[in-house]
Amino acid sequence: MANENKLHKESVGFKIFEYVICVIFAILSLAPFYIMFVNATRGTYEIQQHAISLFSPHPFQNLAKNWAVFNGKDFHPETGFVNSFIISTSVTILALYFSSLTAYSIQAYEWKGKKILNGLIMGIMMIPGTVTMIGFYQMVYKIHMTNRLEMLIIPAIASPMMVYFMKQYLEGSLSLSIVESARIDGASEFRTFNQIVLPLMKPAIATQAIFTYVSSWNNLFMPLILLTDKSKYTLPIVVSLLKGDIYKTEYGSVYLGLSITVLPLIVVYIFLSKYIVEGVALGGTKG
Amino acid sequence: MNNKKLVSYSKYGYIFAIPFVLTFLIFTLYPIVYTFTIGFTDLHGAGQTELRFLPSVGKPLFQNFTDVITSGSFQKAFTNTVRIWIVNFIPQMAFALLFTAWFTDRRTKLKGQGIFKILFYLPNIITSATVAILFLALFGYPKGPMNDIIMALGISKKAVNFTASASTVRGIIAFIQFWMWYGYTMVNLIAGVIGINPEIFEAAELDGASKAQTFFLVTIPCIRSILVYVLVTSLIGGLNMFDIPEMFIGKNCNNAGLTTNMYIRNQAFLGSYLYARAAAASVIMFIIILILCLILLYFMRDRDEAKLAKIRRQERKAAAART
Repeated sequence: MANENKLHKESVGFKIFEYVICVIFAILSLAPFYIMFVNATRGTYEIQQHAISLFSPHPFQNLAKNWAVFNGKDFHPETGFVNSFIISTSVTILALYFSSLTAYSIQAYEWKGKKILNGLIMGIMMIPGTVTMIGFYQMVYKIHMTNRLEMLIIPAIASPMMVYFMKQYLEGSLSLSIVESARIDGASEFRTFNQIVLPLMKPAIATQAIFTYVSSWNNLFMPLILLTDKSKYTLPIVVSLLKGDIYKTEYGSVYLGLSITVLPLIVVYIFLSKYIVEGVALGGTKG
Repeated sequence: MNNKKLVSYSKYGYIFAIPFVLTFLIFTLYPIVYTFTIGFTDLHGAGQTELRFLPSVGKPLFQNFTDVITSGSFQKAFTNTVRIWIVNFIPQMAFALLFTAWFTDRRTKLKGQGIFKILFYLPNIITSATVAILFLALFGYPKGPMNDIIMALGISKKAVNFTASASTVRGIIAFIQFWMWYGYTMVNLIAGVIGINPEIFEAAELDGASKAQTFFLVTIPCIRSILVYVLVTSLIGGLNMFDIPEMFIGKNCNNAGLTTNMYIRNQAFLGSYLYARAAAASVIMFIIILILCLILLYFMRDRDEAKLAKIRRQERKAAAART
């Protein structure tokens, strides 16, 4: 009995320890963004006096001042948003659809060469994208396609990592008898895939959609190399301009510029967060 | 009969795989082969597209490769990359495992863990370019939030110029990487644990296994395949590090944060457009990554399964010898 009591005490102490660590890490996740948002509404002079503040005494006035700094400077977050949106949305749709289709072709059909394709997918998964970069740039340069968003979109049709993931998922969830019965009902193979197999894959698609969208949205390396035309800049490139010397003394504006690019992501995350954390869990069990 | 049906539909297998295969050939395989080829040429300069192999201009075939390996800049970039990756990866894995253990513990159900998970994962969705510039502002000198904190806590009386010391720069980059990725790793590991059959844990509990024993002897072996996935992707991602160091420090602080990917980009697109040397550097990195991945896969392989396969092979051989 006494022993049990001691055990209980220990576990309460341990639980408090767990909470303390978790809260510290939660603060660590939030603090940089909090400082950023508050400083976006503070003047450069105030920030120089005290770089951290819980709130700003004149938020709207300062916000307008910080915003005015961008006038006449090449800072166009809206262009970045539009371009990033076009690229990320197209990449996500193409990658999801064609990866599912490829995974289905390996999983549901017997054909010569499918074993080779399967092995190839495992192999090329390990090739980092940057290894292809010089050759890819030279190829795109030769056909005069730099500064074309398509060049960042079309390659998504072949996403070996995702095919691998989708195949793992299909292995566990697709029974060929469903496909057979669709055939008996006279559905074409293509229609069977679109109307029966794709809906079956929804959970896997949801997880991969989020991962793909985030990584495409945040990608800096490839766009930085391919896009030199300012009207084609993606959001990360636009953000990178904030590092320039013209903003060296404009602290408030730098924070504001960063906040503008973060705010939409955080809003979307608030709505999708539950789904993201659980969706990942769902994908993981199958993968 | 079933088999016959599959055969008659086999052409759809080809058709459905065509878009993937075509795109792969054009946008992945061709550029890889092209990169390898360029590595053996003297391609440089803006606008030049003609390929001349090194022997044809009187140079040894592997000139670019030896140039890269013996270049002090590449060696520095490589050691930087490896250091930053290791310093970020060890705590990342440790904390991801710790939180996984806490959040999946069946006996002490932590309340509010949903919120914690969401917050821990949050930094991962933010554009890394933004994160790097934000941290640059946070570590500002002579005035910045971090300097304010340090002086308020009395750790240092004078403002610290964080971006002036090479080891501090690398430390901050490693910290940012850790901060952005531990949540992602945790979420993946938790997903793996949720997939384990609960009966296994029940059995461990009945056998009187402690929390730590359950985690190390039951949970970790059960999520081996996800651990491999996390390790491999982290290795590839870590050795391709670019956004954070490029945006945080670039070439400043005497290249303290130069990574191999930054080196490749600098060679190819800044200054003298040394495409051939950049290509050689990517090929070298590819080979290094491949070898490390294979070593990792070898050490993480399922030993019991490998043993079993070996025994089966021997049995088959013995059976074949008997007949």
